[in-house]
Amino acid sequence: MGTTLKRIIIAGWQDFSRDGGIAVATIFILVMVIFLASTIFLSKDISQFLITSLQEKADISVYFKEFVLENDILKIKEKLSQVPEVKNVEYVSKEEAIRRLVEKHPQLIESVQETEGMLKLAALNISVFEANQYQAVVNFLENSNFKDSIDFVDYSQRKPVIERIFSLTSLATKTGIFLSIILIITAILVTFNTIRLAILNSIEEIKIQRLVGASNWFIRGPFLVQGAIAGMIAVLISLSIFSLLIWFLSPKIEFFFAGLNLFNLFMKNFWILLLIQFSTGILLAVISSTIAIRKYLKV
Amino acid sequence: MVKFQNVTKIYPARLPEPRAQASGGPASFSGLKDTAALENVSFEIKEGEFISIVGRSGAGKTTLLKLILLEEKPTKGRIFFEGEELAKIKPGKLPELRRKIGAVFQDYKLLASKTTYENVAYVLQVIGASDLEIARNVPKVLEIVGLQDRADNFPAELSAGERQRVSIARALIHRPKVILADEPTGNLDPYNTLDIIKLLLKIHEMGGTLVLATHNKEIVNSLGKRVITLEKGKIIRDEERGRFIL
Repeated sequence: MGTTLKRIIIAGWQDFSRDGGIAVATIFILVMVIFLASTIFLSKDISQFLITSLQEKADISVYFKEFVLENDILKIKEKLSQVPEVKNVEYVSKEEAIRRLVEKHPQLIESVQETEGMLKLAALNISVFEANQYQAVVNFLENSNFKDSIDFVDYSQRKPVIERIFSLTSLATKTGIFLSIILIITAILVTFNTIRLAILNSIEEIKIQRLVGASNWFIRGPFLVQGAIAGMIAVLISLSIFSLLIWFLSPKIEFFFAGLNLFNLFMKNFWILLLIQFSTGILLAVISSTIAIRKYLKV
Repeated sequence: MVKFQNVTKIYPARLPEPRAQASGGPASFSGLKDTAALENVSFEIKEGEFISIVGRSGAGKTTLLKLILLEEKPTKGRIFFEGEELAKIKPGKLPELRRKIGAVFQDYKLLASKTTYENVAYVLQVIGASDLEIARNVPKVLEIVGLQDRADNFPAELSAGERQRVSIARALIHRPKVILADEPTGNLDPYNTLDIIKLLLKIHEMGGTLVLATHNKEIVNSLGKRVITLEKGKIIRDEERGRFIL
């Protein structure tokens, strides 16, 4: 058993190293596929980050009447946090509201005195999980025992924008999933066909091996070994290229999307990514070889 | 050792239409007829014999050897190898049968990606011989066929005669029960033909059982061994110390 396994591995390596052109073509296709699988995996996290940051911009504000004390507003905040639809509640005091306005529009610093009259209301910024849940939150506020403390809720003004953001992010998620599935299926088919063509080249040898009494495993084994070697080399190549690209692109992407550090994301997911790459590269090559060779073993 | 009992092999002219197949109709189609490669063939190969199977091209020589190697299955009749009926051998046991047979083909059938040494050693690897046995036996056999200096060459780097000698070395390295040689000299010039026949005779003298399919009259007549003559798939003559007569 051990001798046979050793012979299968040696034969696999010999065939792989003597088969230059075909081996290079197989590795090239596998690198593409592994690269694609890694990109799809990382883009899931990136798009989640972008979607979340976009959704965070979609919130409603509840403004409280001037006489309402901060303590009471915090108690209301506590109650709101317990509403299942509510994702996040943030308290913004009138001082904080002014500070944010000045920070966003520094040119207004001199007219703060004038704008203060307009911004002196404290508020709670509420965000929910789905766009259609805002109405439920508004209903909750209107029927609550603290409705008299509320000056106004800006939901009706912000409703069109909120719904647009949510429909866009939902469309982006669905498109992403659809594209990923299409790309993965294409990649699998391309890999399978490349390996099938490589094996097609060896039909005559397979027939001869059968005629001299080689068992199916003794014939199939070296092809699987070749697949595994091609897969491993492809993983090493794609991991190197991927790491370099991430390292190079990460600062540039962070410049455009503040808070999105691609390199950290890559390092955080490194082991999972490595597992995905290995399983994509090696399993795909080995499974494709097994399927492709099956019908030629019936001589 | 090998016994043919009323063996017939028919190659269908073409796949029958589904309707004809379902109703058990004939396998002919659009005027094309089935080809009977062998018809009602019966004979026996005894241990240590050197048999020449002769006949014109298309007489059924290759089909006969393919049936022994279980590359093909008979349409009718039974074939026995060492008392075991070939039709009853399960696909998983097929390699075991083939390991008992050495085969030499007209087109050599060498593994193009392996060297001379590796081609010969492959059969020993297949039967599970140890590395030591391989290292000891392969050079000896290469010496018998006169290829000790070509051990590291790939088939593409060898002449036709040399390739056929590799093929013979591969066929005898594991001491098979019988060696089947299908037109082994078909692609060779007279000098190489003579070398190959001398080699086959040498194997026979060492106790090997050989079946040689050929349409080379001179070779058959010079051997002076048993000759089975096929014509249109039928045995028309089976003589001890026979001659090539058609």
